[in-house]
Amino acid sequence: MSSTVVEIVRQAGEETEVLGRAVYEHPLVVRLCHWLNAIALFVMVGSGLQIFRAFPSFGTKIPQKDLLHWPKAFAIGGWLGGALQWHLTFMWLYLATGLVYLGYQLFSGNYRQVLFTHRDVPGVWPMVKHYFFFGPKPEQHEAYNPLQKHAYTTVIMLGMLSVLTGLAVWKPVQLSWLAWMMGGFHWARLLHFLVMWGILAFVFGHLVMVLLHGWNNFVSMWTGWKKDPEY
Amino acid sequence: MDQEHDNNDRIEKPEKAEKPSVVAGDSKPADSVSAAPKLPQGMVERRDLRTGVNEAGFSRLSRRELLKVAPVLVLGVFAVPSLQEPLLRRGLGFSDWASKQLFRRRHLAPTFRDSELTPFERFPINDYDVDDPGVIFENWTLTVSGAVQKPGEYRLAQIQALPRIRQNTRHVCVEGWDVIGRFGGTRLSDFLAMIGADTSARLVTVGCADDYYESLDMETALHPQTLLCYEMYDQPLTREHGAPLRLNVPTKIGYKQAKYLTDLKVTNVLDKIGYWEDQGYSSFYGL
Repeated sequence: MSSTVVEIVRQAGEETEVLGRAVYEHPLVVRLCHWLNAIALFVMVGSGLQIFRAFPSFGTKIPQKDLLHWPKAFAIGGWLGGALQWHLTFMWLYLATGLVYLGYQLFSGNYRQVLFTHRDVPGVWPMVKHYFFFGPKPEQHEAYNPLQKHAYTTVIMLGMLSVLTGLAVWKPVQLSWLAWMMGGFHWARLLHFLVMWGILAFVFGHLVMVLLHGWNNFVSMWTGWKKDPEY
Repeated sequence: MDQEHDNNDRIEKPEKAEKPSVVAGDSKPADSVSAAPKLPQGMVERRDLRTGVNEAGFSRLSRRELLKVAPVLVLGVFAVPSLQEPLLRRGLGFSDWASKQLFRRRHLAPTFRDSELTPFERFPINDYDVDDPGVIFENWTLTVSGAVQKPGEYRLAQIQALPRIRQNTRHVCVEGWDVIGRFGGTRLSDFLAMIGADTSARLVTVGCADDYYESLDMETALHPQTLLCYEMYDQPLTREHGAPLRLNVPTKIGYKQAKYLTDLKVTNVLDKIGYWEDQGYSSFYGL
């Protein structure tokens, strides 16, 4: 794993004092995709929940047993038609940023930064001990620790699943093979809903970690440069 | 943004950007790296060259990189009230265009076994106004107009004289629920042939006894599963399900399956798309 590193220095006469280091962690394409996708995801979830409000169930229409009453205040679009407009507009941004991100990661090789592989497996348990059982902090050698890689790899797969299940719900006839793989329209809709909660669970954990890791970490997603990384 | 993988070369980015503020590693050849100042602990290996930048230089570098992410702000246009609606209409229009591209004339909607049918009494009755607009069956005719060779009034018997199709297909409501129903009727394409419709026209529109109205693109109208439906579950349509004649279009969303038909027109011009579409729902909504 290599990345651009600079030393932040102060020069006094002939002496050069090293104040700290900064690593260029997030390429521009990744940063752009991250924030555009974050906005798209926000709209997709908000409008999706408003769409769900029109039939908040995964059972039969007759009789109808509602699963939960999602408050309108936490939904986007105001009504079913409005929510569908948001959903069917922002899905293109969601898809495009996802595809550009995946393409960039693959072709640039930057995917190694986030992709969880068998090499990361031994590092999982020490990290779990550290996060959840007050274990010592394992030494960090790269931008993401094994648990982070696991989380990012999982959410990227969930993102792809959200698109596939969404396509099956939107086009259960033209893409009938896709809907069939999910057990038909009805199950695809349930899966689409569950995948959303999976992504939201990630987002929750992600935001908690962002809060815990402080300002330099947060800034790095905007500027690309992380000051004083732990590795 | 490829410099970060270029660890064998000089790291150009900060140098180029901040030439005046670069104070170390500026002009050293790669083999003098050993002379670089001692590094903090726990650093990544394979560092052939180190570049120093002063604090002000780093701030400038950060700001420049931050500005490059500024295009994200473009999405703010969706927060402008006067722009929001036209933008969303356009987004929906783009999705409709994509739907149209995905539509395949010969691709059939999945059909189901009788055992998979939703029981008739559990097939929802959806309407925007009344369950029964009080059609008087004895007087009922379908008024045909537009780009057809034989416009006029058509009786149900004339429609029923055409080959009857029965199909078990999924009915998907825009709200999200779905049922599998058994529908019987005549292919709209057969009826269009009978009335001598100009199938190069873009649209088939229908009007209903309850003032509901709908439109279908010609490709969908000609689809082999698109029916002028007069039967459900092998029985004549009941009033609340749209007697005497309704649309059954398994390749379309539920609100396209207009009930209590009274008028049918073949046309290229559309002043109104459909009851729900005109309130903001998708015009094409092909499944």
